[in-house]
Amino acid sequence: MAKVVLDFEKPIYSLQAKIDEMRSYHIEGNLDLSTEIDRLEKKVNELRKSIYSNLTRWQRVQLARHPERPYTLDYIYLMFSNFTELHGDRNFGDDKAIVGGFAQMGKQTVMVVGHQKGRDTKSNLMRNFGMPNPEGYRKALRLFKLAEKFNKPVITFIDTPGAFPGLEAEERGQGEAIARNLFEMAKLKVPVICAVIGEGASGGALGIGVGDRLIMMENTWYSVISPESCSSILWHSWDYKEQAAEALKLSAQDLLDQGLIDKIVEEPLGGAHHDPEEAAKNLKKAISDELKSLKKLSQEELVSARIEKYSKMGVYDYL
Amino acid sequence: MAWFKRKEANISATEAEKKDTPDGLWSKCEKCGTMLYRRQLVENSHICYKCGYHFRVGSEVYFSILFDNGNYEEFDAGMISKDMLSFVDTKKYSDRIRATIKKTGLNDACRYATGTLNGQPVVIACMDFSFIGGSMGSVMGEKIARGIDKARELKSPFIMISKSGGARMMEATFSLMQMAKTSAKLTQLSEAGLPYFSVLTDPTTGGVTASFAMLGDFNIAEPGALIGFAGPRVIRQTIGKDLPPGFQTSEFVQDHGFLDFIVPRNEMKEKIGNLMSMLK
Ligand SMILES: [Zn+2]
Repeated sequence: MAKVVLDFEKPIYSLQAKIDEMRSYHIEGNLDLSTEIDRLEKKVNELRKSIYSNLTRWQRVQLARHPERPYTLDYIYLMFSNFTELHGDRNFGDDKAIVGGFAQMGKQTVMVVGHQKGRDTKSNLMRNFGMPNPEGYRKALRLFKLAEKFNKPVITFIDTPGAFPGLEAEERGQGEAIARNLFEMAKLKVPVICAVIGEGASGGALGIGVGDRLIMMENTWYSVISPESCSSILWHSWDYKEQAAEALKLSAQDLLDQGLIDKIVEEPLGGAHHDPEEAAKNLKKAISDELKSLKKLSQEELVSARIEKYSKMGVYDYL
Repeated sequence: MAWFKRKEANISATEAEKKDTPDGLWSKCEKCGTMLYRRQLVENSHICYKCGYHFRVGSEVYFSILFDNGNYEEFDAGMISKDMLSFVDTKKYSDRIRATIKKTGLNDACRYATGTLNGQPVVIACMDFSFIGGSMGSVMGEKIARGIDKARELKSPFIMISKSGGARMMEATFSLMQMAKTSAKLTQLSEAGLPYFSVLTDPTTGGVTASFAMLGDFNIAEPGALIGFAGPRVIRQTIGKDLPPGFQTSEFVQDHGFLDFIVPRNEMKEKIGNLMSMLK
């Protein structure tokens, strides 16, 4: 059970608390409440289903940001063995908002790279809340190239509120670092699978997000801007985040409908944090299925199909 | 797919009109305040002849400056945005598009055309800031992609003139994906060994900077342009203090290693043409 309860989850948790209370009376007070407990158990399960299957887009955004959600390193340890983290961009430093290294998925060696958030103040400062600086993107690129050299597939995990909008980030070329990754990822000669596991905010997400397959976990979002920033720019107020989330159509289902992603990975009821093992198992299955189909392609076919995939993205009309 | 072709006159209607009205005879420099004689300003590529300030100009002016004798052939001029998401903020996106087309006489924030530069064939794509802040949506992405294909077909250099606030929010994830799309297409231009000149003008920010604008074989800027990824307002909020003078100007970006050179608008053609001839 999650420690952090979101507003829309409160009815579930208060009913659950009532059941727990009854159960203690049932045991301690020699009162037979089993019929009533059964009835409420059924009710709470129905409530859970109805709340979690009718989430608004803004509620999905909140789930995607849930502080107990599994992050990149959690998925790495749940899905792979032998993870060997590799640090640094060989130029400026080691950005801890992006982690990566070789790991094994069964017998297959893969290069895994992802945004990394922290869980408390200290680790969030170290991870910069999952907001990379240019050296983070350059580290990622170094690792992609390493994967290409040894002919190993690349798997990326996307989970960022955005690339860091800081003074030094600009000095060191945040724009150039992201742009370079888009260019280089488009022509990597190995399979690339990208999975959104939490937040996919704008260029900061895309900077490690160009691949042959794009997967989204069920309760994640991916768009050009966060609902809050969109509200502030288009409505000139921070108060329209719910409307902005609706307008941006940023959920996994939306993006599948828009033809921009390939697959949605189901999460345990209530979100990945309710059962990280289950979430990781589903994600691993999706990734290995996609890898299997991609391995049938030659390097040339792989790259030209990837460029073709992106070339088709966009809708327009004629006067 | 239909290819729309249209020959364009050298000077746009609005500019010609301005010349005939008494108000249009003089323009005030936005930087030094000098009253500038309009005909002289136009002859000087819309650069203040007192202080060197570069007025913001659109595709029509760049095409007339860069293409020989201002002659060019534009493609896909009739391509317009499609409101796939039925996006509504304070206005409907579809209404916003219609109103902007009417107001600006443009169909989107990007146009591309072929012609010659110093006698050499070239493809030029250029943005118009007056069209929703030069924002990048599906139309811009597709036009840049087709411009690159045109350059590959003609075996000519590709020149991209950027002037944009970044991605177009009303096209949400579609607009984000244009960054990947244009960058992926540039790998094909590169593969063909064709030069890519990226010209960054005031302002070039956001998703445009974080994709094709920073990927030139030659990254070139006009003097004093605002160039960056995050906007100055956002950075100020993040760091909680004022930004140092000159931050995110062309000169700053060159000093930090991300531009090959800065060139005034009236010398741009000569400089690019010279490089093009050396690479032939
Ligand atoms: Zn002046």
